[in-house]
Amino acid sequence: MIDVHAYAGILTREAIMFRRLWVSTTFASIVEPTIYLLAFGLGLGALISNINGYSYIEFVGTGSVATAVLFSSVFTGMFTTYVRRVYQKTYDGLLSTPVDVSEIMTAEGLWIAAKAGVYGCAPLLVAMCFGLPPSWGMLAVPFIGFLTGLGFGFFGQWLSGIVPSIDAFNYVTSALITPLFLVAGTFFPLTQLPQWARTLAQLNPLYHCVQLVRHAAFGWEGWADVGNVAALVIFVIIARYLSIRRLRKRLIG
Amino acid sequence: MTATPALRLQGVVKRFGALTAVDHLDLEVPEGVCLGLLGPNGAGKSTTMKMLTGQAIADEGTIEVLGFPVPAKSKQARGLMGVVPQADNLDEELTCAENLLIWATLQPIPRNLRQQAVADGLALAALTDRAHSKVGTLSGGMKRRLLIARGLVHNPRVVLLDEPTVGLDPQVRADIWVIIDRLRNEGVTVLMSTHYIEEAERLADDIAIMSHGRIIARGTPQHLLDTHVGTHALEFYGPPDRLTEVEAIAEGLPTRRTGPSVSILRAESIPEAMHDRLGAGTKRVANLEDVFVLLTGEVLE
Repeated sequence: MIDVHAYAGILTREAIMFRRLWVSTTFASIVEPTIYLLAFGLGLGALISNINGYSYIEFVGTGSVATAVLFSSVFTGMFTTYVRRVYQKTYDGLLSTPVDVSEIMTAEGLWIAAKAGVYGCAPLLVAMCFGLPPSWGMLAVPFIGFLTGLGFGFFGQWLSGIVPSIDAFNYVTSALITPLFLVAGTFFPLTQLPQWARTLAQLNPLYHCVQLVRHAAFGWEGWADVGNVAALVIFVIIARYLSIRRLRKRLIG
Repeated sequence: MTATPALRLQGVVKRFGALTAVDHLDLEVPEGVCLGLLGPNGAGKSTTMKMLTGQAIADEGTIEVLGFPVPAKSKQARGLMGVVPQADNLDEELTCAENLLIWATLQPIPRNLRQQAVADGLALAALTDRAHSKVGTLSGGMKRRLLIARGLVHNPRVVLLDEPTVGLDPQVRADIWVIIDRLRNEGVTVLMSTHYIEEAERLADDIAIMSHGRIIARGTPQHLLDTHVGTHALEFYGPPDRLTEVEAIAEGLPTRRTGPSVSILRAESIPEAMHDRLGAGTKRVANLEDVFVLLTGEVLE
């Protein structure tokens, strides 16, 4: 049974924290993907006429949504969860109240996802200023960002529970996160890659996010998009399971 | 019929690898009693506290809090329990009022009573005028008072205080003692771990001495004194040879050696003839430290 009171308590804490820290949080989550968008979109865009029928700013503008969602969710899941567990001992405090590990991680994951859904729209709005035509389908982008952010938030939480120290996040970022956002069709189409890499990209949840955002902006693709949503839902379920299992092991002696 | 104790641990064992932190612990705390859990670092006090909240799982034995089995129903138990941890884990970026409001939201307090609970908590911590100050700007003593107020924001029936005054100066310690006294007067059950003898003696109705994961003695401070060390001790100072000589003469009587002195406990029962052989010593009132050192061989702060 869902304990609404426990979720409300954790989400209230997140909301109060956010009210204090929203400027720095929002700055980091929006500015970096926007810089990527401008650098690639305007820089490379001048050299590339179109990709798969889209102008390069259209292609990168929609791809950058996924980058913003990834950055704002996975890094928050990783660093915030680690700091709260190891340095601030926040979870030791919370676990002395009537909440359990699964409620804490799920509620924090939902909060991360909500932010990711909002922050993911920023590159889209910037791209519109540079020629991306608005469409009704774009109203689905916050929801796509939410679903993707939920998965990557849980994934980040899980990573925070497996690293031996905070320094190990350097390896995680270089060896895992960077390839994830590069091999997702964000800045260049996967058709340029060898077949094995294209097959592997199907396992990348961010690829499905990119596909959904592009289809939301330029036209849905029926069952293919159902498949993309299903892939993200499966990712959310697996990542949540891993996160709760790992953090329970870390927090309950 | 025996009333259900507020806290009950039976045959509880907790191991961390090869280390047995809690070793077949039996402990009951009746409702309304303040029990001081006295022991040195590593005695198993904090692990015991964590098992009571379900944050550590016992390998053997059973635990009940207000009749709720833990960890099976630890959420229900935690709703009736206030926990004040040893380490400060307040949200430094938030204000005092916000810290209390978060806890009031997490605990089973009706929405319309939360602001009052926050106001009461601030008053308890004597921080009403700092309600909107960030916690990061408070002194160590203020933070400790706020931490206690946070644990009490929902008026719990049982309070766990893990080393409530460790590292604090005497004035702040006295302030904290006033709060704990108030809890006792209100009939709240308190389990307080400490390694300060004076604190246990001053605040606890009952003291359990813990060493190597076990309770090795339990009773009121007076009972522990009467049972183990009597009313007075005779203390001798001198070089090691002299102390060894005193111990040899006092063979058969309880003694404790600390640094440059040796104390013969139960001084009131020293035979007259032995007094002559011992020579001049300083008679003093026996204390709980004598009990602790005698039973554990360890020295407390």
